[in-house]
Amino acid sequence: MRELDSKTPVVEAKDIEKTYGHVDALRGACFAVYPAEVVALVGDNGAGKSTLVKILTGVEQPDDGSVYINGSEVELSSPITAREHGIEVVYQDLALASHLDTPSNLFLGREILRSGLLGKLRLMDKAAMRRDTMETLNRFGLPLISLGLPVSSLSGGQRQSVAVVRALAYAKTVVFMDEPTAALGVRQRARVLDLIRRVRDEGMSVVLVSHNMPEVLQVADRVEVLRLGARVARMNAAEVGVADLVGAMTGALDDTAMKGD
Amino acid sequence: MSNLNTPDAGVSTAELELAQEAEERALSWHNRLLEVAGSSWIFGVLIVMVVVFSIMSPAFSTSFNLVNILSNAAIYVVLAVGETFVIIMAGIDLSVGSVLVFSGVVAAKAMGATGGSALGATNAGWGTVTLGIAAGLAAGGAWGLINGILVAKAKIPPLIATLGTLGAALGLAQVLTNGVDLSGIPTKMTNAFGSGKVLEIPSIVICAGVIALVAGIVLSCTRFGRYTYAVGSNAESTRRAGINVDRHVISVYALQGLLVGAAAILNLARFTTTTIGSHGNDNLTVISGVVLGGTSLFGGRGGIFRTVVGILIPVVLASGLVIVGVQAFWQTVAVGIVLVVAVYIDQMRRRPRKRARRRRRSPRQSHSSTKGEVL
Repeated sequence: MRELDSKTPVVEAKDIEKTYGHVDALRGACFAVYPAEVVALVGDNGAGKSTLVKILTGVEQPDDGSVYINGSEVELSSPITAREHGIEVVYQDLALASHLDTPSNLFLGREILRSGLLGKLRLMDKAAMRRDTMETLNRFGLPLISLGLPVSSLSGGQRQSVAVVRALAYAKTVVFMDEPTAALGVRQRARVLDLIRRVRDEGMSVVLVSHNMPEVLQVADRVEVLRLGARVARMNAAEVGVADLVGAMTGALDDTAMKGD
Repeated sequence: MSNLNTPDAGVSTAELELAQEAEERALSWHNRLLEVAGSSWIFGVLIVMVVVFSIMSPAFSTSFNLVNILSNAAIYVVLAVGETFVIIMAGIDLSVGSVLVFSGVVAAKAMGATGGSALGATNAGWGTVTLGIAAGLAAGGAWGLINGILVAKAKIPPLIATLGTLGAALGLAQVLTNGVDLSGIPTKMTNAFGSGKVLEIPSIVICAGVIALVAGIVLSCTRFGRYTYAVGSNAESTRRAGINVDRHVISVYALQGLLVGAAAILNLARFTTTTIGSHGNDNLTVISGVVLGGTSLFGGRGGIFRTVVGILIPVVLASGLVIVGVQAFWQTVAVGIVLVVAVYIDQMRRRPRKRARRRRRSPRQSHSSTKGEVL
């Protein structure tokens, strides 16, 4: 294990409980994200990954337990609150408005208004948004997306990139990515993984939710494993193999894996 | 588990990726062409119609006839402008004709009550006219608000919600008037918003033009317009982007109601009576005009200019066919055909992406055991 206790987690969940009807989705789950790291959240279907991500992004509220951001307790009562704390999400379905073009999607909900009277009339500054979009795409090494086309006309990889870049452009604390490469081809996936490493190197934290174990080991610094609604293991990605992860996910390694706190 | 995302053996992955990207490039060109064709072909149809009718009969292109065409279209344009917002938002409003009648009745009642003599409010002053306009707009806006709340909060499908208000608004208008049209509309109002002319152009045309222009700017340049497209394109994504979707839906229906109220004022000014019995087909005229213009019934795409073109086509057809001596009934046949063709083109624009996706999958499917997605 890396020296974790010396640092304050940027986002930490403690003893989260969440019940849907008769189903206990989370039973005292813990999770921590440290500064400038890629941490993978893995677990079998039904282990509680999606529920935990929803709670940490403000989509759902926990029945019990607490969430800390940079050490202080917060209540993430809505996705907007989470956003205000610098948390962004790349949803598995990308959450793009497919008829709108790339700048419109990047700025959806945060449009730049014109200055003065025209701005008071809620007129948008399309040129500024276009310029910012171009700069942002360049910054993330994706200059080839045609800005004027509706995103439905872009390729699958480009759409993915737009969704990822939108999250990265606004995130200040951490970006959650739910299966960010599931729909992609080999080259496009490599591009997205590259992007993840790049933002990590810039000091951002990334939470990667993925079923693809080789990919997890390829890009993550650390792995936290959920099983049956609780954290069962925390590992350094460099020190483990696919078999260890699968073992922790299924419970076969219960005796040897490090227990979560 | 490890091979979940890796391509199947047998085809070189690099080859596959290259083919995929090349195809996607071609595809985006295809889409772009269809986009351009889709937005301007109907305008082309309008121009061709005007040219053909002008050649066939000199009477068609007289300024008298052209002004007449615009006057006939004006009220529908105002109704269709609001309907365009609603349809881009992936909603529908069937209640326009009834709400127009109701708003007209309320406006006429208000003016009759304040500025009236035994002969109605014909000679009433500006105060009465202003009150009438306010009452008409408020009545329309209130129905729009009801539509919006039914759709956004009560989660009633817009088709049903507005079908309900369609019946309720007309019925209430009849209750208020015992089914007898009110007349005695102030002359000041008919001059200002109906038959009065500025530079030979009837004021009703100017009013409709200004409303369409402002609405066009709101739709394409403001945040309100952008959210209208976004909700119609993907309401869930819009919600996740932190936008209050319910509130926006209610605002758009309320705006539509206000515009119907405005159309009711123009209607009073043009016909100097409430015309209770003659708006039963307004919703179909307006919706087919919007769709004809190329605004997608599925939401997310459309525009005001296209809608104006779409409304003008049946009006020009009607006028032209009469002038060249064809039975006017052919107009409805022609509009029906053009409407179906317009929607067919809209469908074609939606289709190529799906087709390509299926084609792309096929080489992988031949090497894998997974069952292909049926599209």
